[in-house]
This record gives sequence, C-alpha cells and structure tokens, in this order.
Amino acid sequence: MTKISFEDLQLVENFGHSLSLPSYYFKLEGLDDVKPVLKIAREEGLTINVRGAGRSYNDAALNAGGIILDLQAVNHILEWQPEIGLIRCEPGVTLKQLWQHVLPAGWWPPVVSGTMTTTLGGCLGMNIHGKNNYKAGTIGEHVLEFTALLPTGAEVTCSPQKNGDLFRAMVGGLGMLGIFTSITLQMKRMYSGLLEVKAWNVPDMKVHLDDIDAHKEEADYIVGWMDCTARGRALGRGQLHQANYLPEGEDLDSARTLQVDYQTLPSKFFGLVPKSILHYFMSPFMNNPGTRMVNTAKFLVGRNKTFRQSHASFHFLLDYVPDWELSYGRQGLIQHQSFLPKDAALQTWTEMLALSHRCSLPAYLGVTKRHRPDAFLLSHAVNGYSLAMDFKITSGNRSQLAAMLQEFDNLVLQAGGRFYFAKNSETRPETALAFLGQETITKFRALKKRCDPENLLASDLYRRVFECA
Amino acid sequence: MPESTDISFQHSTPLDPGRKAILVGASSGIGAALAHQLADQGYSLALLARRIDMLNSLCDEINQKAGKPLARAYPHDVCDYDTVPALLQTILADLGGVDLFIYNSGISLPAGLKKFDFDKDRRTLEVNFLGALAWLNPVAAMFQSLESGQIVGISSVAGERGRVGNPSYNASKAALTSYLEALRNRLTRFGVHVLTVKPGFVDTSLLAGAKKTFWVIPAEQAARDIWKAIRNHKQDIYTPARWRWVMLIIRNIPSFIFRKMVF
Repeated sequence: MTKISFEDLQLVENFGHSLSLPSYYFKLEGLDDVKPVLKIAREEGLTINVRGAGRSYNDAALNAGGIILDLQAVNHILEWQPEIGLIRCEPGVTLKQLWQHVLPAGWWPPVVSGTMTTTLGGCLGMNIHGKNNYKAGTIGEHVLEFTALLPTGAEVTCSPQKNGDLFRAMVGGLGMLGIFTSITLQMKRMYSGLLEVKAWNVPDMKVHLDDIDAHKEEADYIVGWMDCTARGRALGRGQLHQANYLPEGEDLDSARTLQVDYQTLPSKFFGLVPKSILHYFMSPFMNNPGTRMVNTAKFLVGRNKTFRQSHASFHFLLDYVPDWELSYGRQGLIQHQSFLPKDAALQTWTEMLALSHRCSLPAYLGVTKRHRPDAFLLSHAVNGYSLAMDFKITSGNRSQLAAMLQEFDNLVLQAGGRFYFAKNSETRPETALAFLGQETITKFRALKKRCDPENLLASDLYRRVFECA
Repeated sequence: MPESTDISFQHSTPLDPGRKAILVGASSGIGAALAHQLADQGYSLALLARRIDMLNSLCDEINQKAGKPLARAYPHDVCDYDTVPALLQTILADLGGVDLFIYNSGISLPAGLKKFDFDKDRRTLEVNFLGALAWLNPVAAMFQSLESGQIVGISSVAGERGRVGNPSYNASKAALTSYLEALRNRLTRFGVHVLTVKPGFVDTSLLAGAKKTFWVIPAEQAARDIWKAIRNHKQDIYTPARWRWVMLIIRNIPSFIFRKMVF
C-alpha cells in the first residue's frame, strides 16, 4: 500500500452493533507493513487505530474518517517454553489460539475474557480482567515483557522493571501510545482440563454481594448473574458460580481433559439445534416482559449444585451462543459497567436498578465480579465489585437511555467508583477526569506527547474521552 | 462559540450516532436555506462556498439557533478541482462520516440573445458541471465503498431544453442531470441513493435581472421540498412540483415551434 483511496473505505462496526463508522481499512499481513502505513498517515494527515477482533462494545476499535489497521493476521506464536509456561506471541494471537496452544502441556492463560475471540493486542490495550480479578489481577500483571513500535518510529521493550512507566501506561492505554509487536506472558500451571464449579442462587442484592465476598478467598474464580428485572425484595437476585482448579492428582483422566478436543464447546443445543441459529429464537424474548419471564424462569430453576466443567465452557460464556448480540435487534446493544468500592456497591446499585425500573429500561443481562486495585495508569479496578449491564437500544429509547446512563455515571462517581473503557459508550471527558484524576490524565497526555507527538494514533473512544478533557 | 472554520463536530455514540452532511455551494439561496433545513433536522454540516464571510455568518446563525456546534465553514472554490479529494478526506475525518452530499453550486452568466462569450460559457460549465464532477466522483467512490449514502444534485428545469436565452446554462444543467442519472444507475445497486432536483424559478441571486419569471418560490420552500425528497428517497423532483407537468409539455414542443420561441 502506498496511497489512501476512497475505495479502501469500509463501515466498521462495534461489537454491540450499535455504531458503524467509515474508515480506510487495512488488514496487515505482517508487522513490516506498519511503518509504511504510519508514513502514509503522516503524509495524508490521517489518524490510525489498531484493531484486533473488534470485541469492544463501544467505539474503542473505531476510527471515523481515519485508518483502521487490522492486526488479526499478525498472529504467530513466536516462542513457547512448555517447561516453564512462558509464551511470546504476536499481537493478533487470539485467546483461543493461546489456550489451545498451551493447554495440552498443562497450562492455561492466567486471565481470560468472557470470549476467546479477543486478540492479545486488544486484551493488553484494554487490560482485560477475568472472573479471577480479585486474585490474579488484570492480564497486564502476567505480562513479563512486551515490545512495541511507537509512532515516532522508535522500537521499545517494556516490562514492569524496564520502562516501567510506559509499561503501566501502554497496558490499558487504549492503543494510543504505540503498537504492540510482541507480548511475553506467563501461563498458569494446570493439572486438569476441568474446574470444580459450584452454583447457587442468591435471593437479593445484599446476599449477592456478601456471598461473592465471603467466597472470594476459597474460590479461584467467582462470577454472578444478576436478574436486573427483579424488583422489590428480590432486587439484585441472581446466581453465583465459583470455580476452583483441581489440585494435582485429583483428575485421574487429566491426559484426556487437557486435550483441546475435550474443551471444545458443543455446536448444538441439546444435541439438536445448531447454536448458530439460536439467536433468532432469543430475539422474541428481547423485550421487558420477555426478559423478565426468562430471567424469572432461570432463577426459579436454578439449584445449588456442584459439578465439573471444562475451562472453555466455564470461561467463554459469550461464545456459548454464537452471534448472541444479534438477538438485540437492528439497533444493537450498549453495555454499562461500573466498578464500585466494596462498601458502596449495595446502595449504589440498588439505586441504579430502581432507576432503571422507574425508566422502564431494565438491563437484560447483569454480570457481577469481584476486583482488586492495580497499578496501571488508566486503571478501571477498585477494591470492590463490578456490575456489567446490557441494554437494548431501540429507535425510541436512545435519549431516555442516554439520560439514565448519565445518572448512573453520576451515582457511580459520587460513590467513588470507576469505569472500563472497553465497555461504556457514554463516558464523558468530565467523568473520566473525575475518576482518573487530573494527575493521571496529565501523565497520560505527557506520555502521549512523548510516544506520539503527531497524534497519529487515535480512536473514537480517545477523541470522545481524552481529546476534549 | 469558536470560529466557524474551527469547530469540532459532536462525536457519534451508539445513543447519538447523528447524521452528517456536506453541502457545496451553501452560502446563499437554496444552499443556505437547505443548510438551515438540515440543521433543523439535527444534521452536522460541513458547509462549503467561496464567499467565506457569508458562510461564516450562516454557520454562526445555525450554531446559535441550535445552541451547539452543528455547522462548520470550509472556504472552497469549486473550480479548484485538484483540492477536492484532500478536502473531502479532511471533512470525512472532521465530521466522522458522511450520510448526505449535496452539490448546489451554480451560476448563470447569460451572454445576451445575439452574443456568444466563451469565457462566460466556460465559467458556467466549470462551476455548474466540472465542479460537480470533481466532487461527485470521489463522493460516489466513497459511498460505493461504504454501500450507503445519499447524493443530491441541484440541477434545473433549464437542463431539459436548449433555449435561446442561456445556452451554456442549459447545457451545464443538462450535463449535470444526465450525469446524476448515470450515477443513480451505477450506485443504486450499492445501496446509494441519488436525487436530482430540478427547481423552477427560485428567489435567489441567480434570478437577479431575469425577465419573464413566474411561479417564483422562496428558497426556503425549495429547501423544504428537497428535504422531503431526501427523506422519502425520491429519484428526481421538480420544485415547485407543478413544473413536472410544465416540463412534460415543454419537452414535447416540436423543434420547429421551439426554435421560434424566445425565452
């Protein structure tokens, strides 16, 4: 590629199917092509956003009117040391590639998202967390080293010890400081391809949060489903799942359970219905009464049980029904995820859920997790909980939903909470300033100026939140 | 409010994706009226014209009325053909997308009934047709790639017959009408909508000094008709609508009669 042409334009969509914006789209075959693209962007006065799998719900992987550099094909595993669980990958390697590569040798990625389709570059740019955030921290805490190409043309190597400031800013830096070229991660030792899973119902918000907290020491993973349509005394009810690794020797069939084939998610529901068409059957229930009915049924049939489940089945719930997000209809969905300090969560989320009911805009899916703070610059984590809520967008509810989410943000800020840039679409510059603080933003800007003095890297998320702040 | 050439447009978000339009030839007449009409509909507007003072006042007026930055001025001479692709690229990045493109630039420089003036004719063709080509080609390429978008060309009833009074104006509008039809035939299959607008007599500077005018409508009325056609995805409209029937007759007047008519 030597020149930009209008014929390279494509409408690029976010994961929530709620926004599609035009960009000059380039799918790179190798990292050698990055520098020529930087040169073109410089000459044409355009910005570049590096995109992986595009699994952000919001505008993090969009760049309206600029260049999108798709690194999905830059997906080679460069080095794997199975004896010590160390792996070095290109940024386009997906979590699926990663776990499938390491599991047969008895390892598992220490932190994974709810989908395995995400790329490591994207995971690092957003500093993803998993259902074990309170114990394992974010993915950045397991990165031993990464190399990156800065827009200045400089190639840097960063680790917690070397270029530490840049390390802690680029991890979770929204891809705005440089382009990851290789990532070295420490995997976690596994003695089985199975997890010991315990599921139980929780009748209200208080028990929901208290139980998460009470089990966090013993559980390797813990995650909650919240029925956001439930009201009154049942407000905040749901179901918790905790999972634990099996100790060495516990799984007598580990040679089999550690194989990739054993982990593969079934392609049919009840062995009959192809999962690829399931979202069509979900669509009719994607309304207030439909979701309330389904959620109530899910809660009522929920039983306390203990069972063993494969890693892939436990972790990658979002992959269980392919294209589930399409069930939200043509206008797509929006996710609001708030992170609240331990003592503020109960009251704030009670208020938020009550508000959503007053507005007749309940979330159709609510997911809770437990977190711990981390040292990354644009950190979203707190010592407390997070609640991610999915809302359906309709042609008639946009402004009311926007007003409600603004009120949510106000409540979260008042309670000392934070937000996650991979999820929320409506975070305003003043909100980011309030939870990150002026010092953090100034530091981020200074690094941006140092790494990318010409502002070549940009995304719609960056423009929305940081260029105006 | 910042200077109208230095405005940052509102960002698209899932809950407020916004609609975006480029309007070439926006400073007065139908263009200015259309800018107001589109701003009332919530469009973010990149407004282009040569006369920067008029463009600035128009942007200020729109932005003050809206209470937020909706319109930004881009000084541009449509005869600077070579600058168009880069300018379109810049506007696309500034607006964050384009849903609607309108080419409205047009001049009429009648030479006189018995006179011929190549300079005036060339200028007319340059503004009315070549300028349109310079814009419509890259815009068509853009919308074709995106498989969405609306193109509006403001042609004229004058493009339907060659008259004694203003041959080059007739020719320029005939060429524009024909080009827009070809674009429509090319782009419909890509999901792109092309609208040809044929105004009759509209009360704008183009009409200044014109004789024998009738059914003159204000620019605002033309803009309302055009907006309706954009909204309803029409292929071509006359404004006011009765010109469709008048032109049906005029188009069918036999040449041996038409060449004796003086208008």
